[in-house]
Amino acid sequence: MVNIKINGIACQVEEGTTILEAARANNIRIPTLCWLKGMNEIGSCRICVVEKTWARSLVAACVYPISKADEGCEIKTHTQRVLESRKTTLELMLSDHDQKCLSCARSGHCELQELCKELGVTKADRFTGKKNEYDIDDSSLHMYRDNNKCISCRRCVSMCGNVQGIGVIGANNRGFATEVACAFDMDLAQTSCVSCGQCINVCPTGALSEKDDTGKVWDALNDPEKVVVVQTAPAVRASLGENFGFPLGTPVEGKMATALRMLGFNSVFDTNFGADLTIMEEATELLERIKDGGVGSALPMITSCSPGWVRFCEAYYPELIPNLSSCKSPQQMTGAIIKTYWAKKNNIAPENIVSVSVMPCVAKKYELGRLDQSGAGKGINDVDYSISTRELAKMIEKAGIRFAELPDGEFDSPLGKGSGAAIIFGATGGVMEAALRTAVWKLTGESPESPIDFKEVRGVEGVKFASYNVAGREIKVAVASGLGNARELLDKVKKGETKVDFIEIMACPGGCVNGGGQIIAPSELRNFTDIRAERAKALYSLDESRTARKSHESPDIKQIYAEFLGEPGGHKAHELLHTSHRASNLSK
Amino acid sequence: MATKTSAPPFAGTAAQEDRLIRLIHEIKGERGSLMRVLQEAQDIYGYLPLEVQTLIARELNIPLEKVYGVVTFYSQFSLTPKGKYQIAVCMGTACYVRGAGVILDKLRKTLGITGAEVTPDGLFSINDCRCIGACGLAPVITINEDVYGRLSPTGEELDDILAKYKE
Repeated sequence: MVNIKINGIACQVEEGTTILEAARANNIRIPTLCWLKGMNEIGSCRICVVEKTWARSLVAACVYPISKADEGCEIKTHTQRVLESRKTTLELMLSDHDQKCLSCARSGHCELQELCKELGVTKADRFTGKKNEYDIDDSSLHMYRDNNKCISCRRCVSMCGNVQGIGVIGANNRGFATEVACAFDMDLAQTSCVSCGQCINVCPTGALSEKDDTGKVWDALNDPEKVVVVQTAPAVRASLGENFGFPLGTPVEGKMATALRMLGFNSVFDTNFGADLTIMEEATELLERIKDGGVGSALPMITSCSPGWVRFCEAYYPELIPNLSSCKSPQQMTGAIIKTYWAKKNNIAPENIVSVSVMPCVAKKYELGRLDQSGAGKGINDVDYSISTRELAKMIEKAGIRFAELPDGEFDSPLGKGSGAAIIFGATGGVMEAALRTAVWKLTGESPESPIDFKEVRGVEGVKFASYNVAGREIKVAVASGLGNARELLDKVKKGETKVDFIEIMACPGGCVNGGGQIIAPSELRNFTDIRAERAKALYSLDESRTARKSHESPDIKQIYAEFLGEPGGHKAHELLHTSHRASNLSK
Repeated sequence: MATKTSAPPFAGTAAQEDRLIRLIHEIKGERGSLMRVLQEAQDIYGYLPLEVQTLIARELNIPLEKVYGVVTFYSQFSLTPKGKYQIAVCMGTACYVRGAGVILDKLRKTLGITGAEVTPDGLFSINDCRCIGACGLAPVITINEDVYGRLSPTGEELDDILAKYKE
């Protein structure tokens, strides 16, 4: 232990503790900008600087480990010198920033803006001179990069390269010309960016933002000729409330259903219905592949719900494409059923339906335009527009809906009632658990051997393994979330070091609850709270509240197979609910 | 979108590629191997175009952007090939006050290239350099080993000079 003083408070800290952590333990908050715990610890932005005895210049608190040599030192975190330095640093950042806050997607939720407020920046143009001018990269289907708002903190670069193991963005050039961009100034769409959107979630400013599709949705809602329907993914209800002042991890399912109706959607469906369908199809596919022993079909089978992961597989692991489940994602399954079964039942031409999805994800914007995603016929997309949780929050605000005060509403049925298994799709391990609930039941029937909970696959660890003895056979499974973790697992599978039957992979760390379209958690929150675990709790509590906890027990599912689809894995199901995958050769 | 740097078509040979891959396999995994690979590659090819950087990224198993980020950070690396005739315009003080800026602009306009490019026929590239120590001859340009001094501040001799190298 080392004895130090922080702002006059004597304290003992363990060797290796950073000044920032030591200060926090003594209830002193040091502002940060580039620092993301365990991810981007580069001490480059100089916002967290503090005074320390024996140090001539100010030191960066986020990366300064207190050592034995610091015994007896004094640290001052908020002196005039420190505050002036932080303010000047900010003013210098502003000197190469477009400062168009009024029209910025992140205005009001911007960490740069917040710091300017906190440090009392009153002259945003204290330093004037040359400014870099950049074209906005709007090439990809899911996001914008506006480097005129970039402060070069490298948070997106760390996320893309170190966490997701992709690295299509990085710092190019040097000095004033430094720019976060792709190799050879390629557009993002020319690279193997998988559209996970995690870079958006960690951007402190408005430099990165999702493509805003709310305009198209408003247009559809205002078109009297169109029947506009909506579906919402499981994880959306675990995050939407954060935008309206609810604590992290508050489920807001009922309020969300009410708000969607108030926005004018004709029918409010639940992607949970599609999640249950996915399980029916995927569990069937898995058992067939296992029965087949991987002879005619590849084992391990890997889930295909996460479009970021599917894209990653197609670009980086094309040899594993045969292992991908042929199932469409729950979004696309729900979409296909809306424009076939539901359209027919309600006598509406599929061409007149505008099908909108609300997703915790920005890769879904790309997924809906993939090949083989038109169950109702050529040229009729299963889903027309996909908006993120953030975009839904914007729509609710724009419509003047007092979200926090809303009474709980219900989804429409059929296509609106999901099982508990469906709702946990939003957390890493959830699809695996949901699939096991049904697959084990299929093998053993209703018996004590067919449990509801498979807790071994829950939790936020990057890679999880479990093994189950079912009807005299061992079923081995693995779960990975975050593409860096997926890489680690898949490399072992490829080398034959890991032998499993079934793998769940989600592109985003922690699964959809931490998806690239969720309400953005500022670094202040992200660094000290596990947002993945908190949001996942909301989903597991909803799961427990459901009467039907297994997909095959859902009344809506029983009805649609009886009335329309026939057998899981049957001809009709294949036509509507399954798709194909192909290798991509974009720049890596 | 085309990449922002234009270059003549890549004309690397199998022998060059073999040499580079051999080196990469020799030092792969060592700390700082990327810098050494890039230096060797620049020696082998004279510059580091997309094709070469893609090969390096693939062989070192790192993202292309990581390679490109390093290449664009250090001025020792070039994204474009040098011309057969490398023109250097001295921008030292003496040359500058006697019209080196005008001469540089005129050369760029005449040859139709800016910055670090090479002409489409591969003949010329222009480099603005610091003082070459021939201030008495200001303004001065060099073309490979040849020195041309006491040019007029408007650069009217340039067309005749360039004509000598048009082959």
